[in-house]
Amino acid sequence: MGETELETTRTNIDIIHEEKNDNLLIEVKVLFFARARDLTGTSEMSLGITCGSTARDCLNKVIAKFPGLEEIRGCMVLALNEEYTPLSAIVKHGDELAIIPPISGG
Amino acid sequence: MAEEEKNTLVEILEEHNPIDMVKYIDFVSAPQCGAISTFSGTTRDTFNGKTVVELRYEAYVPMAIRCIKSIHIFLCQVKMELGLGPVPVGETSVFIAISSIHRIDALDACKFLIDEIKAIVPIWKKEVYANNNGEVWKENSEFLQEKSIGGRLT
Repeated sequence: MGETELETTRTNIDIIHEEKNDNLLIEVKVLFFARARDLTGTSEMSLGITCGSTARDCLNKVIAKFPGLEEIRGCMVLALNEEYTPLSAIVKHGDELAIIPPISGG
Repeated sequence: MAEEEKNTLVEILEEHNPIDMVKYIDFVSAPQCGAISTFSGTTRDTFNGKTVVELRYEAYVPMAIRCIKSIHIFLCQVKMELGLGPVPVGETSVFIAISSIHRIDALDACKFLIDEIKAIVPIWKKEVYANNNGEVWKENSEFLQEKSIGGRLT
């Protein structure tokens, strides 16, 4: 195949993947710290979630799996790839989502 | 900015070892600086009438380092060390050394930096009490306040 034809083929495949986004499952790594770890019994998990999901969607799914976390839902914050994130942020495959209970450094 | 980064050093020790304060004071010393200010956070022996045996620290280390480095302090040099794991009464969990040309900047920056750590840096401590009084994850009011104003935690 010539170079141009190869590029066109790749572009077509990308478009097909985009159209099927709703059905694609992506994987997000979820980290639990401090009280969150006490409540879940684990320091991390791999979460399978629909492509296009938000941080909020991930949190809801995690709390469904670990209902004990509901107790800190109101006071926790989230971080996506080591930066604080709003619940509305869209997660991508391979992202790292951290459950951050109230901090107490210093 | 690049100049600041060169002069700012943050170390988070995974296992608690006594902090060598003289070493860090030497690190921030510079001929052009007229002042060095330091802050040490140490474990207190009581809380609300209960005897404290130790504090246990943990951190989301890569994010904590990123957060601390994002705190902009326009001075000569900053050196900070944080220890994780158990920190018994009287021992130091966090040490900050800052130098500046004039003392007001170093003094102000020390206060500013520890206040920022308490508000936004992902570090947690558990207070362990004597006499089977249990243990409690502490929560900084600075964090709760930052969260309530929407601030930098979203």
